[in-house]
Amino acid sequence: MISSIDLSPLVDWSRAQFALTAMYHWLFVPLTLGITWIIAMMETIYVKTGDPEWKKITRFWMKLFGINFAIGVATGIILEFEFGTNWSNYSWFVGDIFGAPLAIEGIMAFFMESTFIAVMFFGWNKVSKKFHLASSWLVAIGANLSALWILVANAWMQNPTGTAFNPETARNEMTSFWDVLFSPVAVNKFLHTITSGMVLASIFVIGVSAWFLLKKREPRMALRSITVASVFGLLASVSLALTGDGSAKQIAEVQPMKLAAMEGLYNGKNEAGLVAIGILNGQKKRDADDIFAVKLEMPKLLSWIAYGDPQHFVAGINDFTKGNASQGILSIPEKVERGKVARQTLTDFKNAKSAGNLVKADSLKSKFYDKEFLDNNFKYFGYGFNDEVKYYVPNVPLTFYSFHIMVILGFGFMVFFALFLFFSARGELPRRKFWLRLAPWIIPLAYIASEAGWVVAELGRQPWTIQDLLPTVAAVTKLDSGTVMVTFILFAVTFTVLAIAEVNIMVKAIKHGPKDEGGTK
Amino acid sequence: MFESLSYLVLQQYWWIIIALLGSVLVFLMFVQGGQTLLGNLGKNETERTILVNSLGRKWEFTFTTLVTFGGAFFASFPLFYASSFGGAYWVWMLILFAFIIQAVSYQFRTKAGNFLGQKTYETFLYINGLLGTILIGTALGTFFTGSQFSLNEMNQVTWEGPARGLEAALNFQNLSLGLAVFFLSRVLATLYFMNNVDEETIFTRSKRHLMINTVPFLVFFLFFLIRLMFIEGYAYNPETKMVFLEKYKYLHNFLDMPLVLAILLIGVVDVLYGIWISLLKNKCTKGIWFAGSGTILTVMSLFLIAGFNHTAFYPSSFDLQSSLTIENASSSKFTLSTMSYVSLMVPFIIAYIWYAWWSINKKKINREELKSEDHLY
Ligand code: HDD
Ligand code: HEM
Ligand code: HEM
Repeated sequence: MISSIDLSPLVDWSRAQFALTAMYHWLFVPLTLGITWIIAMMETIYVKTGDPEWKKITRFWMKLFGINFAIGVATGIILEFEFGTNWSNYSWFVGDIFGAPLAIEGIMAFFMESTFIAVMFFGWNKVSKKFHLASSWLVAIGANLSALWILVANAWMQNPTGTAFNPETARNEMTSFWDVLFSPVAVNKFLHTITSGMVLASIFVIGVSAWFLLKKREPRMALRSITVASVFGLLASVSLALTGDGSAKQIAEVQPMKLAAMEGLYNGKNEAGLVAIGILNGQKKRDADDIFAVKLEMPKLLSWIAYGDPQHFVAGINDFTKGNASQGILSIPEKVERGKVARQTLTDFKNAKSAGNLVKADSLKSKFYDKEFLDNNFKYFGYGFNDEVKYYVPNVPLTFYSFHIMVILGFGFMVFFALFLFFSARGELPRRKFWLRLAPWIIPLAYIASEAGWVVAELGRQPWTIQDLLPTVAAVTKLDSGTVMVTFILFAVTFTVLAIAEVNIMVKAIKHGPKDEGGTK
Repeated sequence: MFESLSYLVLQQYWWIIIALLGSVLVFLMFVQGGQTLLGNLGKNETERTILVNSLGRKWEFTFTTLVTFGGAFFASFPLFYASSFGGAYWVWMLILFAFIIQAVSYQFRTKAGNFLGQKTYETFLYINGLLGTILIGTALGTFFTGSQFSLNEMNQVTWEGPARGLEAALNFQNLSLGLAVFFLSRVLATLYFMNNVDEETIFTRSKRHLMINTVPFLVFFLFFLIRLMFIEGYAYNPETKMVFLEKYKYLHNFLDMPLVLAILLIGVVDVLYGIWISLLKNKCTKGIWFAGSGTILTVMSLFLIAGFNHTAFYPSSFDLQSSLTIENASSSKFTLSTMSYVSLMVPFIIAYIWYAWWSINKKKINREELKSEDHLY
């Protein structure tokens, strides 16, 4: 299935290209996901009260949203086509399931978003207030529906469900649409991701408004915006922590290796503690018992968070690589053996078929419908591609640090929203110079937390593109690695230039303020 | 309801949807055509602003249609997605690149702090118009002329063309379709401006450029179409599924499917009529409706002869048996029928798009309208 030439530079460049484009896309998407709700709420207040100041506020944030939106679209189209261009074996192997959400996203979400954005921007003087307001809500719904479908697709890669392998076509085929859509991984992922967008957008609104307060410009707009955003942000950040916890529980169940990497847990144990803050030792010492140079641990918390039981065993990386019979965990070499049997069976089936040996072919084919073969062998299909144990261990430091940065910031944001809500309720905001000065600097932290979350999700599942079924080497398009390097550089340069332009325009637009937004026009 | 249909009928249904999306996309590429005409039709800043804004309110449709076309193709014929996108890597990458730079250009062009300057963004729009249309047209050409790839027993693609897809442009048959799409998009753009913009000077110039672009469009398109009738095509045997070359295959397809032939003829006549009345009548603004619907019908008929009547829609000239047909490249029956339910939403979507645009487009664009408009590109 895979030729023996060394594919690793190609795989590395292809991964780098996907990571680059996805991370750029994610620089622009979360603001859209959240700010569209904030805009719709502000416009609702405007329609209810008729106060032109609210219209001005709505229009100001809408303008910033428009700038951000264009580049989100530009980076998104690349991702969609990259599944075909760079992961073509993947596109065939799982296209039967994976293509559907992408298509539904286009049909259901993108058209909705782009149509009503047009009304939102060009419709002020042309349609009724009610229709305009409805459009603003539909933009928010459309944007979040885009997130839904792509995240369903992503959740399916993390935990394939609702499918069966068809040896004739050599691909996975969908057996239940609802299983794919309502898989608990997908539900958690969707809720956690959209709430993360709401948190980020609230921080953005507060940060920008704080700057206006400091400059003593537009105080009414700034104060009102902060009120809306801090209430919304506080609610969102609480749901964010809850759904994050839900995601962690799912990972414990379906991707335990990722959980071990997130916590830097090498040797599994009962009553596992949660490392709140820690710094890892260098590479060499990591197999030893204590891999942390410094750590602050909360006893039993990990067992409790992951399994709802403070006694529960949490497996570590070594339990997976070496196996742990008492916990019923197979070692990597054992899984490799089983995976190889599955692959060999598929190859034999294909050979028998092309040799015209139909009896043999039929008996081999029937194995793929036999529960025992599925559970003991096909389940580990993806392990058949590589013998090396360390190939199956994700990058622990990156996963560990990213996860901890995200969680620490997540709790920090909650405090931040609570404080701003408190100050704003007591009318103290204009006096709280320290906090106003701090607020704009929280904006980059929100982006860092958000990107870090994806690093956990995507790096933590390496080497799998499809968990346990398809590793990256088997998913990649056979290209010359130099070719992918060239397109990588092309995208890196283009996106960087465009991102600089975007930030520049955004900053200029903020400095310019809402003075053209009139409120009477 | 869809479950009770046969697998083949579902495959055909989805090929029709792909054909429809593809042909709507070609029509909507008038935006791209218009982007290459900004300098010719707008002689001063105000005029160019009018033109950019007239296109700017439509570009997202074209873009979203492209995205949806890709997604729908992935969902319904994933083997095409895997073989063509991974194989003809450079063609698709260049197309994508052309669309990235477009998406930001409208929003950024005149904004303060845009870093690259207005001229650069206008150049981006030009590049998008030029590359996007020619490359998409050329790629469409390979549906008839074939590409050099092979599939192994696991359906994994190996591309045998040296230039990862760019070799398609060396085939004059493909290139003539690419150029035909390019000039067609400019023809449609002039007709669109004549309809959408209320400015005397732009109207007159559009009319002149309509004439200038109609000639090369007709030359390239007729060359493509007439040659298509004579080339060998990729047929397959419905029982054994073996692919073989058949003389005059595409001509046979038209003759075997008179309805498709009728669609083609009506489409072509419709396009010509739209151009004709716009050139001859004094103040005609309706050309775009005829030429637009004609474009959709014509392109539709090309898709249909590429995939129907036991024809391989994405043939391999390297290894005949690797060719993709709507039968061997499609999703499973389950996925196709699930997706068919989703496709029922399409009329509803078209309805709200129509309604939304109707409500904000009651006035044509002109200087006064732009002055009262506060969201400008
Ligand atoms: C503002 C951003 C932000 C913040 C503050 C948090 N998250 Fe998060 N997190 C994300 C933004 C994010 C994300 C970008 O949205 C991710 C990436 C993939 C995903 O599903 O959501 C994510 C992923 C992610 C994952 C991995 C999911 C997977 O691999 O499928 C876990 C376990 C958590 N988060 C848990 C938490 C917890 C317990 C938090 C504590 C409050 C937290 N996150 C705060
Ligand atoms: C890696 C997989 C992804 C692919 C293939 C992808 C694809 C796309 C495409 C093609 C667009 C442009 C749509 C248009 O024409 O209007 C887009 C925009 C968008 N995507 Fe993604 N996307 C991905 C990841 C995500 C994720 C993870 C989210 C959210 C959780 C998301 C949310 C959005 C939103 C809200 C937009 C609208 C544009 C914007 O607001 O910036 N996407 N995406
Ligand atoms: C927009 C938010 C996302 C970000 C920031 C992101 C980030 C990343 C990163 C960093 C990698 C490289 C991992 C590595 O190779 O070590 C990666 C790979 C990948 N991601 Fe994502 N991802 C996002 C969303 C998605 C979604 C929604 C999907 C699928 C629907 C997806 C599919 C993939 C695939 C197919 C690869 C390449 C193969 C692989 O490395 O497994 N990503 N992504």
